[in-house]
Amino acid sequence: MAVASQDPDLLRRLLRAKDRMDAASHEEWPVERLAGVSRVSEAHFARSFKDAFGLPPHRYLLTRRIERAKAFLRDTDLSITDIAFQTGWKSLGTFGRTFRDVTGESPGDLRVREKATPHQLARVPGCYLSAAHRPDLNIAVSEKRRQEAGGIKRTSKKTEVP
Amino acid sequence: MNQGVGLVGLYVRDQEEALQFYVEKLGFRVHTDVKNGDYRWLTVQHPEQPSFQLGLYKPGPPVLDAKTAETVREIVAKGAMPPLVLEVDDCRVAYERMRGRGVEFTQEPVERYGSVDANFRDPSGNGWKMIEPRKVSS
Repeated sequence: MAVASQDPDLLRRLLRAKDRMDAASHEEWPVERLAGVSRVSEAHFARSFKDAFGLPPHRYLLTRRIERAKAFLRDTDLSITDIAFQTGWKSLGTFGRTFRDVTGESPGDLRVREKATPHQLARVPGCYLSAAHRPDLNIAVSEKRRQEAGGIKRTSKKTEVP
Repeated sequence: MNQGVGLVGLYVRDQEEALQFYVEKLGFRVHTDVKNGDYRWLTVQHPEQPSFQLGLYKPGPPVLDAKTAETVREIVAKGAMPPLVLEVDDCRVAYERMRGRGVEFTQEPVERYGSVDANFRDPSGNGWKMIEPRKVSS
């Protein structure tokens, strides 16, 4: 569905909110904070952000947190508890459950699998690497849970760089 | 002659604003600035790279029709144009200097695999990665 064109000045300010979430995805980003960065009303913000970037702001934040957690699991020896707190979750249980819902495997399983696979990641700029590992969360996590509980299979769940 | 890429253009929302940004905040020089009615051909250059020009263009007629120009302005403002890379000798020093001049950084300097990089945007939304390459020991 085509989205009506948006004012470039508004888009530039919405981009600033997205950039700020990118730079500090572990922080709390309530709508009033994001709306303040973009200098739009709270009522207007979420809708405008979704029109501009294709997903609601908090789902975008979730994709960044999951992506960052995946990088920590792959590249560091931090404990899963440390990773959960460093990527912005307040509870290990919520982290584990959300991570599994989004990626299809537990943080521990992903770590074992990633550590067993050799990588040549130093040649790819970090921003591309992180974007390539970002989950394609095109539905809400709650909806994803519901579909999977109902046995509905979705294709093209995620893409990975080889 | 030297063969190779001589010019790459960026779309900017306002050429005067872009000129000020690239010259005063980033330290580029004006290479060509020619006005013809509403049209302005504007290119800048890195002081250490005389064979390369960076064009700063405003999307619009006669090159683009009004509707296409509007779409381009939206894409630029969303940060969806491809990223650019500025190489520097010392990323942290350049970061402090540029930040002091009011450049909008979107990532502080981070060391990865021996190189150091930071991200910033121009006023229009074009995203730059500033990289201090890994020192190759000889």
